[in-house]
Amino acid sequence: MSFAMFIQHVFNALSLGSLYGLIAIGYTMVYGILRLINFAHGDIFMVSTYIVLFCVTLFHLPWGVAVLVTIAGTALFGVVIDRIAYRPLRSAPRISALISAIGVSFFIENICIVLFTGVPRSMDSVRNELLVRTIKLGSVSITPLAVFVPVCSFLLVAGLMWMLYKTKPGLAMRAISKDIETTRLMGVKVDSIIALTFAIGSGLAAAAGIMWGMRYPQINPFMGVMPGFKAFIAAVFGGIGSVQGAMAGGLILGFVEIMIVAFFPELSGYRDAFAFVLLILVLFVRPTGLFGEELEDKI
Amino acid sequence: MDRTKKLSLNLGCITLLAAFLFLADRCFDSYVVQVINLIAVNAILAVSLNLIYGFTGMFSLGHAGFMAIGAYVCAMLILPAAQKQAMYILKPCIWPFSVMHAPFFAAVLLGGFAAALAGLLIALPVLRLGGDYLGIATLGFAEIIRVIFTNTTSITNGSLGLKGIPAYANLGWNYFWCILTFYTIIKLLSSNFGNTLRAIRDDEVAAKAMGINTYKAKAISFAIGAFFAGVGGALQGSLITTIDPKMFNFQLTYNILMFVVVGGLGSITGSLAGAVIITILLEWLRFVESTIYIGSFEIHGVPGMRMVIFSIILLFIILRKREGIIGGYEFSWESLYGFINRKKEGK
Repeated sequence: MSFAMFIQHVFNALSLGSLYGLIAIGYTMVYGILRLINFAHGDIFMVSTYIVLFCVTLFHLPWGVAVLVTIAGTALFGVVIDRIAYRPLRSAPRISALISAIGVSFFIENICIVLFTGVPRSMDSVRNELLVRTIKLGSVSITPLAVFVPVCSFLLVAGLMWMLYKTKPGLAMRAISKDIETTRLMGVKVDSIIALTFAIGSGLAAAAGIMWGMRYPQINPFMGVMPGFKAFIAAVFGGIGSVQGAMAGGLILGFVEIMIVAFFPELSGYRDAFAFVLLILVLFVRPTGLFGEELEDKI
Repeated sequence: MDRTKKLSLNLGCITLLAAFLFLADRCFDSYVVQVINLIAVNAILAVSLNLIYGFTGMFSLGHAGFMAIGAYVCAMLILPAAQKQAMYILKPCIWPFSVMHAPFFAAVLLGGFAAALAGLLIALPVLRLGGDYLGIATLGFAEIIRVIFTNTTSITNGSLGLKGIPAYANLGWNYFWCILTFYTIIKLLSSNFGNTLRAIRDDEVAAKAMGINTYKAKAISFAIGAFFAGVGGALQGSLITTIDPKMFNFQLTYNILMFVVVGGLGSITGSLAGAVIITILLEWLRFVESTIYIGSFEIHGVPGMRMVIFSIILLFIILRKREGIIGGYEFSWESLYGFINRKKEGK
């Protein structure tokens, strides 16, 4: 493999990994607070690509406005899902909420098939010309998008970290993830903070969805399933509940996927299985992930 | 109520069922017969998942994987060698898979054993995990199985799948396996081992403290559930005569989960009711996806609408009526007898 090829693979892995990371943050934040695998998160990500597509093609919004509308709309969508499908089950056994999440996931996928048909749609109209033209640097040809995606993701994560560790709502989120009942007694409006968590997670998924749509410009109602699973695996890998862990897990997963296929092209058919093999290995060796805290069973 | 009375009642019911099936085979059209067949297969799948999840409390999302193993093993064993040779276009089928052959009963049984073996293999590492981690790990396992079956073209014919599987799975076979499954699982659950499983479900730490080897009990329960999932997959493969890896996706597991949750977790009667009701509803609701004529109006069916309705039903049940339609209730001759007696005394 030539050096130029290798550099291109590195950039591919960086952007794929940071997209997994952005989606994984949504999983990890919700899990950290509610101990719930939000199965619908991959579908929230999918819905965001449809929102941005319709903003651009149907309402002819300028690119920047479309992006903002998409992030806001998806965040609202996440909050609505929490309100309808998860909040009534807060005191129920955790598995009930999980089944509810699976139900929501299938509902979103199928309602999207009903509304938008299962035929894949092209995202070409959403691709910003500035970002997708090819630039030659010596023998390496990359698109600005390959740099834009990781940089943008890291900025978003930095912003989130600031919010978590330097603001009051961030403090409340961290408190809820430690002990929800005590936090409620301290006068924190737990339900609003949980809604905020869903909004942030879904907003980040929307950011990932827009960038995903520009990189892999074909969308369909089931496109969220695989990235969703893989992002969840990234979250487990990094230690569920930890934001920086989710990002690290996403990057590792991105690199593993791209590099194994790059170096062993004959394994490319098994691409979707790598993540799951990695997951089972991680759960076997260190169930709390790289950055996770030990969780004790309470008796 | 004594044993002989119960036995004769059970045998009477089976005879009635057999008579009904015999009539159904003769009188109903092939579509209705197919639905009756599907009910048996779905009931097997539902009760096998209920054993793992409803009675042992292990949240498993790997059923599609076990079904795939059962279906492929069975199909490879009952397909004639010549047909296999003709079907494998991409790569020829390798020995011994190209020539192996077995009668249908043995093929289904081996499909079940293969799935049980896979279940044990996956159980050993992942059963240490609790709750939703177990769910996601078993889901991952099912996905890995699917990816492997797509790529091992010289064994499974890859994404083309297997076509023209001999349709041995008629009403007789399906209901024979269905009754065998229910008999085995009811016997298992009414034994002391059943109590062990329920103890693990209700409080694993307490069960451990009572000296139960929870890991072993969970592994056995998981393997038995996987066995019957494999049997169900094998029957389904022979019933619809075509299988391919795409069929065994998460949607399939979701459907089975729906039978169990709608029927009522931890109730055998519930699994049966869930499988019967949802199978019939799923078939009946096909009309929403086909074009309907009302007078001269033409209403176009919407593809996907069926699953939308089902997602709403599942959400409604989990949000409003968490115990399912049957609840924790279990049918028994005693309770029926008592019910009739009370009615008589009331008069």
